[in-house]
Amino acid sequence: MKNLEVVLSTKRLQKYFYEPIKFKVLDDVTFQSYRGEFLTLVGKSGSGKSTLLYCLSTMDTRYEGELNILGENVTGKKTDYLAEIRNHHIGFVFQFHYLLPEFTCLKNVMIPALKLGNRSYEEVEEKAYQKLEMLGLKEQALKPASKLSGGQQQRVSIARALINDPQLIMCDEPTGNLDSKNTQIVFDIFKQLSQEYNQTIIAVTHDNDFAKASDRTIELADGKIISHHKLFETSESE
Amino acid sequence: MKLSINNDIALTHIVTRKKQTFVAALGVTIGVAIYLFMNSLSSGFTNFSRDNIFQSNAHIKIYKSDELSKPLQENPKAITVIHNPQITTTSKTIINPQALLYRVKQEPYITNAVVQVDFVAFYNRGKTQIKGSGNGVNMLEYSNMFNTNKYMVAGSIQDLQGNLNGIIIGKGIAEKLSLGLGDNITVSSSYGVSKVLRIVGIFNMGNSLMDDSKSFVNISTAQQFLKENASFVTTIYANTLDADKTLGFVEKLQSLTEYRVEDWQTTNADVISGDKTRRAMMGAISLSILLVASFGIYNILSATITQKINDIAILKAMGFKGGDVIKIFVSEAFIMGIIGTVIGLCCGAILITIMSKVYMGPPVGYFPIKIEPKLFAQSFILGIFITFCAGYFPARKAANVDPVEIFRK
Repeated sequence: MKNLEVVLSTKRLQKYFYEPIKFKVLDDVTFQSYRGEFLTLVGKSGSGKSTLLYCLSTMDTRYEGELNILGENVTGKKTDYLAEIRNHHIGFVFQFHYLLPEFTCLKNVMIPALKLGNRSYEEVEEKAYQKLEMLGLKEQALKPASKLSGGQQQRVSIARALINDPQLIMCDEPTGNLDSKNTQIVFDIFKQLSQEYNQTIIAVTHDNDFAKASDRTIELADGKIISHHKLFETSESE
Repeated sequence: MKLSINNDIALTHIVTRKKQTFVAALGVTIGVAIYLFMNSLSSGFTNFSRDNIFQSNAHIKIYKSDELSKPLQENPKAITVIHNPQITTTSKTIINPQALLYRVKQEPYITNAVVQVDFVAFYNRGKTQIKGSGNGVNMLEYSNMFNTNKYMVAGSIQDLQGNLNGIIIGKGIAEKLSLGLGDNITVSSSYGVSKVLRIVGIFNMGNSLMDDSKSFVNISTAQQFLKENASFVTTIYANTLDADKTLGFVEKLQSLTEYRVEDWQTTNADVISGDKTRRAMMGAISLSILLVASFGIYNILSATITQKINDIAILKAMGFKGGDVIKIFVSEAFIMGIIGTVIGLCCGAILITIMSKVYMGPPVGYFPIKIEPKLFAQSFILGIFITFCAGYFPARKAANVDPVEIFRK
């Protein structure tokens, strides 16, 4: 039985869009996420799931309510401080891989760690190799990022998200652009990260199979949480 | 590999976009080269005209200026009327000039001072007569001050020292009267005094105004031409430590004497205002060229940022702060600026060297332009500063990119 340590929690999160008319996109969202949990956010398009993810990611700060990450209330903090939190504790995986095309895969993976700057260049390089190896990409390390296939690029971006060993990994449609084989690979990686490394994964998806296989699914509609499918505890006790 | 990640990214952008970097740097190169060249040109001309001025002008000149007649009695209760105001100066002399000269020399900021007796001279040979100006001076002291020694083409200034029958004339006079060293020349003054003097030296200042009219004799010879006594002196010339800082000294000296104290800027106001106009014009033109060049960097960086907006968004998501993004793009501008400026300075130096070898003909001689380290430093700083600004504004735009907006598209 895993210890249910809360990694991220929200309290009555609300957000409005003002263009083209005032519109409540998140309504009273309160939930918690735990260490080692593989959480998926689902819902129809326009349900607010991506908006919620960007609020959780600290990149979007224009919301009401409260957001706690690793026991710290980050609501209302300065953007530079939030950038540090992201650098330390949050890894990002997007639908479009957003690798820097001029750099090699290895360098792309290294960038967040070099930014963090608490390891030497050689150590970071070593670590980046390890992450790429874990994702089966060691041979591609020195190729330019733009020369890889979509699935490979997505795995490089996962390696990049992992380089600083963040507690949280946030994904926006991580498999949206991938074929079923690569989707399976990415899914297995996430599963492994949450189970073996106790990292918390919060992924927005509209792939139902992907969501079903995760530890827990939160479904949103019109900015409200309408269901917590399959609770985390039960998945563990199975 | 010890570059910070910000610089690493900047450098990679630069290296992978060689063509844009080259174009942006080229703009700065041309801007800086022209800025440097035009300012060197302007400075060269200014120095040239200054050298010309100081051939016959000291920093400060003390002389008796004309006085107008004043009403004998100022009556505040009645209207003071004076008919036909007239110059009442009877003599141009400075009274007790040696005492004044001594006093002036005592001032700590005065480096040198000499007395001079000016008179209107007519140089005659047969029926030919040339009008000019005679200067009675102590030739050694005078030469110390005005570097006349440098311009001597025949004879020497020492030969005039103590030689009351000697005269040093300009090259133009010698040529027009076809006289040479050792020949006799008849000089007469407006007071009807006529003397036969021996030419002991000929100078060529490269300025026809001087060469065709000026001559030097001893002070007592000049006094004889004016039928004046041995204490008659028309002008005291004084040099200060710095030609550009005479203003305060003029006031101080004016408090010592009733005679008119004038700095060279006042005497040569026309030349100086001409210089100023030229400097302002060249400065404005060259600065605008440099500004236009900086727009190249601005444009290329703006285009880079628009193209790389996704990269910027992901960098910000990964924890790069606004300041980091600014650093990245300002570094890029900085690298382009350094490359452009350094090449620009080299091109400017080459242009200046070529120009300084161009012969303009007398009286200017070779083009008055030379390599001035001060202007190089100025161009360098300005070049870097302008590229920095050209980089900063697009970089700030990049720093304000909202990653969420980009990811949602």
